[in-house]
Amino acid sequence: MELTVESLVFLLFSLITLGGALMVVTTRNLFHAALFLMLSLFGVAGLFALLTAPFLAGIQVVVYIGAIAILIIFAIMLTPQVTAVRPTNSQWIAGVVVAVVLFALLVSIVTPLMSELGVEGWSAVFTEKNPPPVPADSMARLGEAFVDPQGYMLPFEVASVLLMAALVGAVMLVRPARGAEDEAPQAGAQE
Amino acid sequence: MDFSTDVQASVLAVLPEILMTILAVALLALDVVWPDARKRDLGYVAGVGLLAVIGVMLVLAPPPGEVSDQLLLGGMIRHDQLAQIFRAMVILGGALSCLVTMGVPRLQHRGDFYAVLIVAVVGASLMSAAADLIMAFIALEMTSITLYLLVGYLRGDVRSSEAGLKYFLFGAFTSALTLYGLSLLYGFTGETNIYRLGGVLGRSDLPDGAVAVSLALVAVGFAFKISAVPFHFWTPDVYEGAPTPITTLLSTASKAGSVALLMRFFLAVFPPAGLLGALEGVKDYSALWVQLVAVLSVVSMTLGNVLALVQTNIKRLLAYSTIAHAGYILIGVAAISTDKSAEGAAAVTFYMFMYVLTNALAFGVVILFANATGSEQIADFAGLSRRSPWLALAMTLALLSLAGIPPAAGFVGKFLLFRAAVDANMVWLALVGIINVIIGLYYYLIVVKVMYMERGPEDGRPVRVDTPYVWALGIAAAGVLLFGTIMVSPLVDWATEAARALYILL
Repeated sequence: MELTVESLVFLLFSLITLGGALMVVTTRNLFHAALFLMLSLFGVAGLFALLTAPFLAGIQVVVYIGAIAILIIFAIMLTPQVTAVRPTNSQWIAGVVVAVVLFALLVSIVTPLMSELGVEGWSAVFTEKNPPPVPADSMARLGEAFVDPQGYMLPFEVASVLLMAALVGAVMLVRPARGAEDEAPQAGAQE
Repeated sequence: MDFSTDVQASVLAVLPEILMTILAVALLALDVVWPDARKRDLGYVAGVGLLAVIGVMLVLAPPPGEVSDQLLLGGMIRHDQLAQIFRAMVILGGALSCLVTMGVPRLQHRGDFYAVLIVAVVGASLMSAAADLIMAFIALEMTSITLYLLVGYLRGDVRSSEAGLKYFLFGAFTSALTLYGLSLLYGFTGETNIYRLGGVLGRSDLPDGAVAVSLALVAVGFAFKISAVPFHFWTPDVYEGAPTPITTLLSTASKAGSVALLMRFFLAVFPPAGLLGALEGVKDYSALWVQLVAVLSVVSMTLGNVLALVQTNIKRLLAYSTIAHAGYILIGVAAISTDKSAEGAAAVTFYMFMYVLTNALAFGVVILFANATGSEQIADFAGLSRRSPWLALAMTLALLSLAGIPPAAGFVGKFLLFRAAVDANMVWLALVGIINVIIGLYYYLIVVKVMYMERGPEDGRPVRVDTPYVWALGIAAAGVLLFGTIMVSPLVDWATEAARALYILL
């Protein structure tokens, strides 16, 4: 197995991703868990960059680390008495067994696929001598695909309707109660 | 091959969704503009608006004849008869849910509730037509996310909040598994359109295990949405805790859309070899999902029916009955791969149509009863036939339909399903189904017995039935009765025509 710079970088980011994820589920402090989640997501961003997907890497940093993880931290800080949690419960052994079985299953699927594709060794993808070129305007193409009726316009628009509904619903779920309105409307409207 | 780029056809293909989105936004606006005393009429706007959308869709937007013209907007959706009939039932389920909301004191004046409800219907309607992995997943999530919110909408009601959280956790988990399965399929083939994907998959040389695992992962999400065992754990708690109109929506629109997507997805992505033109070397993965669906069907029917026997709460009873019905529907889904006459798919379509009407009827009566007595216990239904004979009759009709007794539509539905199974050489599956129908008779008829034979403490005090209820229950009851008697053949013809579209692949 040949060790190249790419495979070393891949190894590093993989360790960051997996190690961070492991700490998320094992640490007792919820705040620390959120920080480790950010670390893990950063590792994923690195993997995207390594796969020559700079846009996804950037989005990963901006949206997941910059927005979602910060939101989680806000939620933890604004919620008293939940900063310390027990990371395990009585079912953790069953959980580990299921996870190991599932992992073995997925490896057993991917391995024959890899050999079929002629990929040998875990780092081969990154040590490829002549990787296919990434178009320089990939971001512009992505943007066009989102608004092209023959591309992804419909899912894109539908997602925005979904966001609107989620926003309305979320606001209604958490807004402070306005007097008796939540209990019942005026007697006239009800009867 | 390329997808149709016809602009007019594209707009018509998503016309119902466009109209419903406008309706949802209009409701949000009216919620602000209208005075409080008038806000209950928002339910009429929502309910009648949705019924109008069905009309407009059926009149203005018939599907194009050729399959190459039906795949529109970059192949995201397929505008065929199957999409049409399932959209009709999904939107009908939404309309009836809106009308029955008008009897729930805490929700009837909430424009935002109606708006979010309609967006859930938009998602279910897109599910009926989706022909692309991305579109299918977004439609699935659109229904799921809005329903998480709607299930927990009654703030301060512990059961509602608990139901919302349970539904959310279970739903997020199964969505993740489904997405994993979908991404594996994309990774194997490089296609997101299900028809192209099926073609590539059939001609590829993938190991069986890889395809089986991705299929199983995707099936998890479908099983969750139609509450098939073993992904049914949420059903009783959520059905009991959710606001009853949302329970109605869960068991009608959300279920119907998922069933449509389930049939379309399995048949397009893992087609029987014959459907791909029987080329040399085409791989046939359909046996994988037929076996999976048959097993799910047997355990869902049996578990649902047996657990329903011991329920004392009417909403929990209907929840277990819905699990059993997921099993009956899967009998038909298991039968779709083998028959070209489209009998199985037509049976599923007919069954789903009558199930939407029946459940809307049953839950409508439950809401009225709960409002009048504050109880959802079956024992408290005692003497309902003396208090409100019409209401008791409507409930009896719904229960007969669920049990599969003529003249209700449920009988025809079950007959078609079992016949399809027999014709598909799955006699054993039909037999299990018949045994389960007999078990089911017991607990459905117990409720009828309580309503008619037992005396309650409040005999003679009628249950108030508001105008929107007269409409909602009237539409549903008329449908159950007509589609079980004189209107059987028009609906069966429509369902058969819709089902044939499933077998026309690229």
